[in-house]
Amino acid sequence: MKAVSVKQTDTVRQVDLVLYLPWRRRVYAMAGLAILLALVVFLATAVGSTQIPLGDLAKAWLSRLPFIEAAEVSTALQTIIFDIRLPRVLLAGLVGMALAVAGATYQGLFRNPLADPYLIGVSQGAALGAAAGFLLPVMADAAMLGLIPVLAFAGGIGAVAVVYAIARVGKTLPVTTLILAGVALGAFLASITSYLIVISGDRLHGIIAWILGRFSVSNWAQVAIVAPYVIAGVAVISLYARPLNVMQLDEEQAQQLGINVERVKLVLLGVATLITASAVSFCGIIGFVGIIVPHAVRLVWGPDHRFLLPLSALAGASFLILADTAARTLTAPAEMPVGVITAFLGAPFFLYLLRRKKKAVF
Amino acid sequence: MSEFQLRLEGMTIGYGERVVLRNVTLEVASGEMLGLIGPNGSGKTTLIRGITRLVALHGGKIFLVGREIRQLSRESLARTVAVVPQNASLPELFTALEVVMMGRTPHLGRFHHESARDFAIAWQAMEATDTLGLAERRVGEFSGGERQRLCIARALAQEPKVLLLDEPTVHLDINHQAETLDLVRALCRNRGLAVLAAFHDLNLAAQYCDRLVMIASGGVHTQGRPEEVITTASIREVYGVDVHIQPHPVNGLPLVTVTPDGRKVEERERMLWKT
Repeated sequence: MKAVSVKQTDTVRQVDLVLYLPWRRRVYAMAGLAILLALVVFLATAVGSTQIPLGDLAKAWLSRLPFIEAAEVSTALQTIIFDIRLPRVLLAGLVGMALAVAGATYQGLFRNPLADPYLIGVSQGAALGAAAGFLLPVMADAAMLGLIPVLAFAGGIGAVAVVYAIARVGKTLPVTTLILAGVALGAFLASITSYLIVISGDRLHGIIAWILGRFSVSNWAQVAIVAPYVIAGVAVISLYARPLNVMQLDEEQAQQLGINVERVKLVLLGVATLITASAVSFCGIIGFVGIIVPHAVRLVWGPDHRFLLPLSALAGASFLILADTAARTLTAPAEMPVGVITAFLGAPFFLYLLRRKKKAVF
Repeated sequence: MSEFQLRLEGMTIGYGERVVLRNVTLEVASGEMLGLIGPNGSGKTTLIRGITRLVALHGGKIFLVGREIRQLSRESLARTVAVVPQNASLPELFTALEVVMMGRTPHLGRFHHESARDFAIAWQAMEATDTLGLAERRVGEFSGGERQRLCIARALAQEPKVLLLDEPTVHLDINHQAETLDLVRALCRNRGLAVLAAFHDLNLAAQYCDRLVMIASGGVHTQGRPEEVITTASIREVYGVDVHIQPHPVNGLPLVTVTPDGRKVEERERMLWKT
């Protein structure tokens, strides 16, 4: 065989020029979005019923850093920033990250721009789990409310497991069958949930609030539970970025290029479902993040999953933190469901991007 | 090692219980172009899928560069044999260069980034297929001929020994048909690729291939040089149509043409009158 040597250094240099320019732009974008996220986290802790002046906020944060002698800030302020607001901000960031990455993964896996993290039944399963939980007799005891996330998580994972078992044909998993099975089972579970809502009586409010999605009950314990799932999940999915790119051709071509398509599908479905279920279990069904963030990233920085996945993670985190900050401040002291904000602010922005590009988006 | 890069020995393949091709034996040598002809649904695509292990092998053996394909890993299979599919779906938003770089997939480990060498190989593949000028454009904007050349470039980027093409000229205008097949033949001769290409156009198959294999009713009907395979008798038998065969004015290879069959046209006309 003729070895292709890199004797033409000119050629290589030309390649560097044309190809690395877009790459460099995407790497800068990653750094930029990471800085933006840090800024959003920092500033979001200042906003709320008690407005904290930026000077005090900076002092409070500095006092938490090691080796820096900062002026003392009142413990009340410290409590507001670090025990009330920060866990909520971080949880919103983690959930936004999980939903955006899961959405990008599903869209890539199904090669379908309409795919979102809830496409194959996670949300309907989780909602049923939560609704059933609220109606359990033991829920009269408020202390048992901690059980809701567990039931929601189990419901979400269980629904996808059933969909998977139904759609599986021999050793393969036809994607279209999977989507159809997911839609059908989702409708079935949603009808049960609707029935439970009708008969829920005085527990109606809890169920509806959970389904619409909210971060009002966030605390550090929840952050500690959700963070490992989301961070590990996003890391695993990122390892599959290149196979996911190749699978955009189609499954047969991907196989002929040496990709173990069935294994990639199984791993990505499993991990994306896991991070989605862990995200919704505490905060409810927050819509729109999983579909709008990956598309916006794709519109601006292109379809390569090696960039799409990390950029979606960063953008999704910032987006949901901002949306949640709006949700808790716009109508203060009352809170809006964050899902209302994500769609109300996100949709016009997304339409603007679509309009501006005016070309194929997927 | 045998001189044949691709060798099927009594291969029997099918989907599940259904056998599509039985007892197929053929060989393709380095630098040789073998044409696969046969009616729609005779199993041309299935044969190509079988060689890439996408269809279950019920019996017989498939050798690639002297090794049985069952012994090859997915990656080494993809490093040995590349496929140019029929009407390949390509993701519209990816650029041509990104699609060609996907051809490097079987050469890259999960944690490896494409090196300058990988870019150089993709670059050369695009140079050879005259797609370099398209490198930065999104494939969604491409014409049929450009997409076909791009798929060939991606296949070359795999650095295969064996190239399989599934009806490479279908839906192409005559200029793109000639352009594509000239390219394939040049690559076959110049790089010593063993080429197996399925054709629906008998004349193109006769013009471009060294040897032809005609498949019908689940197996090989005839194989040999174009003039041995393309005869009025074999075509009537396999395709069920009467054709006229004459030597090509330039090179004497068989040239197949059909003319309206007066009797059948009249028959149809009568049927149309009734309705």
